[in-house]
Parts: sequence; C-alpha cells; structure tokens
Amino acid sequence: MAETVPLTGQQLAHDVYKGNCLGCHQIPGDPTAISLANIGPPLTHMRERFPDRAVLRSQIWDSTARNPQTVMPPFGKHKVLSEEEIDRIVDYLYRY
Amino acid sequence: MICARLYRALCVLTVAALASSSVLAIAAASPEEDRTHLVEFFGKRFPGVQLDDYVYGALIANPGGRQQYEQIMEFPPFLGDIDKGKKIWETPFRNGKTFADCFPDAGHNVVGNYPYFDVRLDKVITFENAINACLRANGEAQFTYGDRQTMGVLTAYARTLSDGMRINIRIESPAAVAKYEAGRNLFFRRVGQLNAACAGCHIYNAGNVMRMELISPALGQATHWPIFRGGEELMTFQGRFKRCMEQMRAEPYGFDSEEWNNLEYFLSYLSNGLPLKSSVFRK
Repeated sequence: MAETVPLTGQQLAHDVYKGNCLGCHQIPGDPTAISLANIGPPLTHMRERFPDRAVLRSQIWDSTARNPQTVMPPFGKHKVLSEEEIDRIVDYLYRY
Repeated sequence: MICARLYRALCVLTVAALASSSVLAIAAASPEEDRTHLVEFFGKRFPGVQLDDYVYGALIANPGGRQQYEQIMEFPPFLGDIDKGKKIWETPFRNGKTFADCFPDAGHNVVGNYPYFDVRLDKVITFENAINACLRANGEAQFTYGDRQTMGVLTAYARTLSDGMRINIRIESPAAVAKYEAGRNLFFRRVGQLNAACAGCHIYNAGNVMRMELISPALGQATHWPIFRGGEELMTFQGRFKRCMEQMRAEPYGFDSEEWNNLEYFLSYLSNGLPLKSSVFRK
C-alpha cells in the first residue's frame, strides 16, 4: 500500500472535507485562500488574538465549550480532524 | 471574551445578533407567534425586501444572481423534465381516470394546502402522500418517495398548477401543534459530526456567505419545490433535507419519514401567505 503523504496545515484548512476553515472564514493573508465567507471572523492577526496557543487549539477542538451558541463544528471532539491535524492547522493559522 | 481590540466590534455584533435572534429558539410560542417573529427578524436582516420576494431564497441578497435566475427561467433547461411530469399527470390510469380526478379543480391551486394534519390518521399528509393515495385509490402501484423519474418529475409538473397560490397551512388542534413542534425541534436540533442545526445556517446565518455561496433564509424555503440544481438535477424538498443531513455528516431520515414530514409541515407553516413558485432553477 502506498504511503499517503499527510496533508499540510494549509491543505487541511482549505479542504472541504477536513478543516474547511474557508467555509466560514476568510484568510486575508493567504492569497490562495479563496473565500467570501463571513460566518466567522477573518482569520488574521492570529498571534495577537491568540497569544496562548492552547486557547486557539481548544477553539478548533471544541468551540462550543467557550460559546454554546457557535455554529463552528467541534473538530477535535467529533474527530473531524486528528490531534496532529489540528496542530498543523494551528501552525498554519499562526502564519497570518 | 477572546476578541482582541481589532475584532471586538465584530464579536459584540455577533453575540448581540445571537441574543436578539434566540427569540424563535425559546419554546412555548404558538406557531403563529413563531412565524411573526421570524418575519420580523428577517425584516431587520433584509431591510427593504418584500415578503413575497422570500420565494427567491438567497437571491434576495444577490441582485446579480437574481438577474441570472430570471434569465435562466425565461427558457429553463429543465423543461423536458416538466414535460415528462405532465405526461404522467395526463396519462389515464387503467380505469380511465387521471390524477386530476383526485383533486379539487383538477389539481389547480391545491398545493398550498399541503402538508396538512390528518386528525384521523394522526399524521402529517404531504402532497406526495396525496399523489400516492390517488394511485392507491385507482388501483395503481404507488411511486417510490424520493424517486426522481416518477414522483420527482410528476410533482415538478403538478406543483406548477398551483403557481401563485398562497401557502395556507392550518394548525388547528393540539395534535397538529405537536407535529409542528416535532418539526421545529428537528430544525433547531444539532445533528451529525459537524454538530449543526438547520437553524444555525438558515435563521442565524441567512444572508451570510458560506465559502462562495449565500445562505437562504428559512422563510420562503417551502415555496418553490422541486428545484433543478445547476438547471438539471431535480431535487425535492425532502431531497434537500437529505443532502443537508448528509453534508452535516448525520444519518438522514428517510423520504416520507415522520421526521421529515413534520419538518416540512413546520417549514411550510413559516411560509404561510407566500406565493408558490415551481419549479425553479438554483445554482
């Protein structure tokens, strides 16, 4: 069986079946992130907004913990993404 | 709050929007109170949009898309399917009768009365149920719910006979309210791996953009089925429920399930007073 190359944080963030961040957010700093979405806030200035990496990570893992009304899927809790995939997405988001 | 200064305004806005819009999510309102609240809520969300225009769905927030829609509707690519439905509608049963004999006024201006609550059967009856009841009554085999080649194209034609009729759903008994409530509960319930409720998008985020597409408001959603996606793919109202649940990675209920019939009853009631418009193009 061929070894599958793990998706990069960027690929995971853009992929409809994985992170699909672009379904709800724009990422203005990434010119390949094609989206007009305005359901969630744009993902920019991430280091300033999330100085604590654990907070950003938990927001992806299960954002309903912080805001029960959110429409953001609990990507970690519901195993949409693996723990490693969430880490790669966090790395990617911190570039913007 | 985790919002930094830069985004505080946006965050506050979002929280305020949720708080003010939660009015429909609080239980114990009557169906008519629900409907009125929803009309008011969307009235603020889409100022200047006339109530009748909600039959255009997300296009109310997209003038360019609306123009494209009007152009496509002048000579829609799905006329062949409507003709197939017309042929089924007009072809006599073995006893010589036709579908037109099963409905008042030969099936003109009837669809706005569906779904209705049948007291004796204690269930919601959809227009598709009435089509199959007609087949049964005339000794013919029923159509499979959700089958595009029979029920799909037939209703794509039959519903056009009610174009312009205003939806007139009645909820006149506690038992009927219970079905409405069941549909409403499903609408607000989070389902699937993506943990999403219908209301999360089609109330609280109606008019917002998901990646590149505007999200339609719940108001008006019951008025224009079936749709032809991309001009060609026939999709019924319950077919749309199926697609939505699949996309939320939930196990879909079945066509003609009690859950979806009740959901259709709920959504149709919300669109009371709006003019029917079948069948239509959607992207």
